[in-house]
Amino acid sequence: MLSAIANAWTTPVVDYHALAPEMILAGGIVLLLLLDLFISESKKWILTPVASFTALGAFIPVLTLALSDEGARSMFDGRYMVDDFSLVLKGLFLLAGYVVILLTTDHLREGDYYQGEYWFLLLSSILGMVMMASSRDLVSIFVSLEFLSIPAYMMAAWRKRDSRSNEAGIKYYLLGVFASAIMLYGMSLLYGIANSTLLVDIGKYLGEDVTAIRAVAVLFVVIGFAFKVSAVPFHTWAPDVYQGAPTPVTAFLSVASKAAGFVALVTVVYVGFPGSHEVWQPVFWILSALTMTLGNVMALKQTNIVRMLAYSSVAQGGFILMPLAVAGMDGVANSALRAVVTYLLVYAATNLGVFAVVMVVSRKTQSGEISSFGGLFSYAPGLASLMTIFLASLAGIPPLGGWFGKFAAFQSLVSAGNNWAYVLAVIGGVNSVVAFGYYGNIMREMWMKPVPDGDTAPVKIHSSLGVALGITGLATVVLGVFPGLVIHFGDIAGLAGAFGN
Amino acid sequence: MEVLSDHNWVLTVGTFLPLVGVLIMLFIPKTDEVLSKSVAIATAAATLAVGIFTLIQFNYDHADKMQFAADAEWISVIKSSYLIGIDGISLPLYFLSMVITLLVMIYSWNHVPSPGNAKAFFILMLVLQTGMAGTFIARDLILFFVFFELVLLPMYFMIGVWGGENRQYASLKFFLYTMFGSALMLVAFLALFFKTGAESFSIPYLIENGAGIAKNTQIWIFAGMFVGFAVKVPMFPFHTWLPDAHTQAPTQGSVILAAILLKLGTYGFVRIAIPILPAAAKEWAPWIGLLAVIGIIYGALGCLAQTDMKRLIAFSSVAHMGYVMLGISTLTDFGVNAAMFGMVAHGLITGMLFFIAGSVKERYHTLEIKRLSGMLVQMPKLGWILGFSAMASLGLPGLAGFWGEFPAILSAYQPADGLPVEVFRTYMVIAAIGTVFAAGYLLWLYQRTAFGEPTAEFAAGHGHDEDIHDVNKFEWIAWTPLLIAIVVFGVYPQLMFKVLDPAVGVTLKAFGG
Repeated sequence: MLSAIANAWTTPVVDYHALAPEMILAGGIVLLLLLDLFISESKKWILTPVASFTALGAFIPVLTLALSDEGARSMFDGRYMVDDFSLVLKGLFLLAGYVVILLTTDHLREGDYYQGEYWFLLLSSILGMVMMASSRDLVSIFVSLEFLSIPAYMMAAWRKRDSRSNEAGIKYYLLGVFASAIMLYGMSLLYGIANSTLLVDIGKYLGEDVTAIRAVAVLFVVIGFAFKVSAVPFHTWAPDVYQGAPTPVTAFLSVASKAAGFVALVTVVYVGFPGSHEVWQPVFWILSALTMTLGNVMALKQTNIVRMLAYSSVAQGGFILMPLAVAGMDGVANSALRAVVTYLLVYAATNLGVFAVVMVVSRKTQSGEISSFGGLFSYAPGLASLMTIFLASLAGIPPLGGWFGKFAAFQSLVSAGNNWAYVLAVIGGVNSVVAFGYYGNIMREMWMKPVPDGDTAPVKIHSSLGVALGITGLATVVLGVFPGLVIHFGDIAGLAGAFGN
Repeated sequence: MEVLSDHNWVLTVGTFLPLVGVLIMLFIPKTDEVLSKSVAIATAAATLAVGIFTLIQFNYDHADKMQFAADAEWISVIKSSYLIGIDGISLPLYFLSMVITLLVMIYSWNHVPSPGNAKAFFILMLVLQTGMAGTFIARDLILFFVFFELVLLPMYFMIGVWGGENRQYASLKFFLYTMFGSALMLVAFLALFFKTGAESFSIPYLIENGAGIAKNTQIWIFAGMFVGFAVKVPMFPFHTWLPDAHTQAPTQGSVILAAILLKLGTYGFVRIAIPILPAAAKEWAPWIGLLAVIGIIYGALGCLAQTDMKRLIAFSSVAHMGYVMLGISTLTDFGVNAAMFGMVAHGLITGMLFFIAGSVKERYHTLEIKRLSGMLVQMPKLGWILGFSAMASLGLPGLAGFWGEFPAILSAYQPADGLPVEVFRTYMVIAAIGTVFAAGYLLWLYQRTAFGEPTAEFAAGHGHDEDIHDVNKFEWIAWTPLLIAIVVFGVYPQLMFKVLDPAVGVTLKAFGG
């Protein structure tokens, strides 16, 4: 038997152009490790530009791939796909990673953390995400997921003398592993049912009919990812982890890691379970309604800015889940997918911007309380205006990016045209008003409240943070005014093909 | 629909020019207030110049057609485009927004409210201007929605930062009410889009195809839009944000709010809800009429109960917008013409009254009616202007207010075919009684504040002489155009009716009007 397999083995064709982003990242990671070993402490600063150029360098082949006319590139029997969908998200992960590098630069230097190891882990996690965007097989999805998660567990605990940070790392690790275990159990059932790990095969085999065992398998996989995207009731780790982790890491987790979770979820559901929508649609409906409502209600009560942003990020996840609750219906698959991808792009730009401002402000005020934003407008009007733009975008107020994400989500819901979809749309509508309660609260602090400690010395913005603010601010405004720019990438029929439309 | 697209850059320039001013102002240091103000006013003046050019180039023989029309690609994937144009309905409001913004800015030259920061204050006004003008030129629902929402944040900050004591509460209330309305409105827009075959968000397209939607569905979609627009108008019972917002807003905010922002709601009814969903409009009309007359009486009674001058004017807005909505609810040519005229007249007159309230507050540091008296003795010019504006507001023939109010009441005598005539005639009687109340509260206000001798605390030689002075230079510049317009439109209303009427006819085509 073994010899039969050995004889059947042929070396797979490797499309080096398609794999270039991953290879550049891998090369950069190795280079970083070696440099960190062999250069003297005084020259460690060189690691930062190496990390930045690795992320940006990996972005170049993403661009050339997107511009090439060749269409989707499939490798390893369809287990690894480089299509429009994966390219958009690879771009998102790389750029988000680059912004996180910008956010971290001064943070690391001032905190005297271990730079080399940090960059190594960050880039590894990004590599995991980039691979996730292309994975179309249970095994490669699982490997990518662990690849992106395990470095993140360590990064959450990066401030090793801070008990909160340790707590964050441990909590994140334990719950992450727990989620992985549930998911793996679901995956093993799927393999048992379909006798294949390839998502397309599973999709074909599952078909339309639902049995108890198939439902359990689908459900377990979905729940496993629900942990990753911190959907209520699987969100409990998020606030503690976000608050305890160093702020740039929190930004990374709340944007890139969350987006990776959504990408995996969408891939599995679209390619693996298109026929089982009767199982997952209600699940997403409930998850979405619970996630945005509870996330919002909890966010309203927070006094710590990062904790509030944690709940806000949970609530935003609910909006991203919204279109998935109808994705299996006739003709909705494409618009739902587009809505999810658009929302992820806008959310990434905006949320990274918010964290950049939070870092600048908390560096000055040495406080994490929302009240420390009091009177920001009076002494740092530019920063306060930027923060207002980001918050308004998160609240979904036109003409800033967030409105279009919400709009796309509502659009695909309403296009489904059944009552459940309308009910969810109304729940979403009410929630987007409620959300202004806490976003508006920060605006109120900045614009209308006095400076709490009377310290109105101008705020110093380091150059790398300034660049991060510029990129995210520009992206937030441009995506809102010309959303056509991104939604153009959202035309990702390849993935929705399984729905037959 | 036939459109004229000569000079179709005009509207885009007129709408976005203020943002160019904002960009320039971002580079002016905060401390250089004079430069900030000058650049802002120059921008507003340039914008108005473009507006005047629009006014001149407008083809009045074809006021029923969309003019300066442009259509550019915007978000093609959701089938929304940058589709703009103005006709006789939008032209007056579009132009009014430019005039009001410039006048308010001139007034602000030496009236930047506490806590100062002229740069930010003027930037917000310019952003507001873009949002307002854009709403009036948009002919695509998504474009309309974006502009409609664009005014929200600047006004929120204007009230919340530069407002009175209760500003934070008032600004949040304003924001949440409007946002709630917009959320429902957006869902209605989406439903409209899908029910017409998911082809386009363009208003002309939807007007052609909206009537084909099943009546029950129409009624639901109309309900969503109704809430969105009614909050903005505001109609009873969605009005409760207005008195708070007006009372707490700085003078400039109140003027812009009264003169333009409220009109976005009524304009939405005339431009979008009614022509696209005629069957639903007919079902809803009696109820809209009912809420309108409740608003008239409720607003009037509210006025009689107020002890604060600004709050009184705010409540009078509720009553006046009631007349506008009554005119619209008749679905007749006559009624909608009256409503459109009433919108502009209310903008001029109530804007003027809020200006006066601001100046009174600045001089006496209070707006409590019982502490004010003898304004005519101390400041005869301001007193006379107040009298003039009050007369205009109560609908004295010969001044602009009359032509908004009287025809609106009259139009309820004969509503569109298919509407319950008796019901509307009852509304007519109630609305007519409302005018008596209006005369009552306005004259009473005038008597109490302007007649008699100044109260002891403000009498000469009690330490207020320095503050209490008559109308100053900036006030004259800001006010004169409004006062002239009130007289001109009062004496020669045809000036506006002839622009409005053809366009109103097109809007009401579905009702045979």
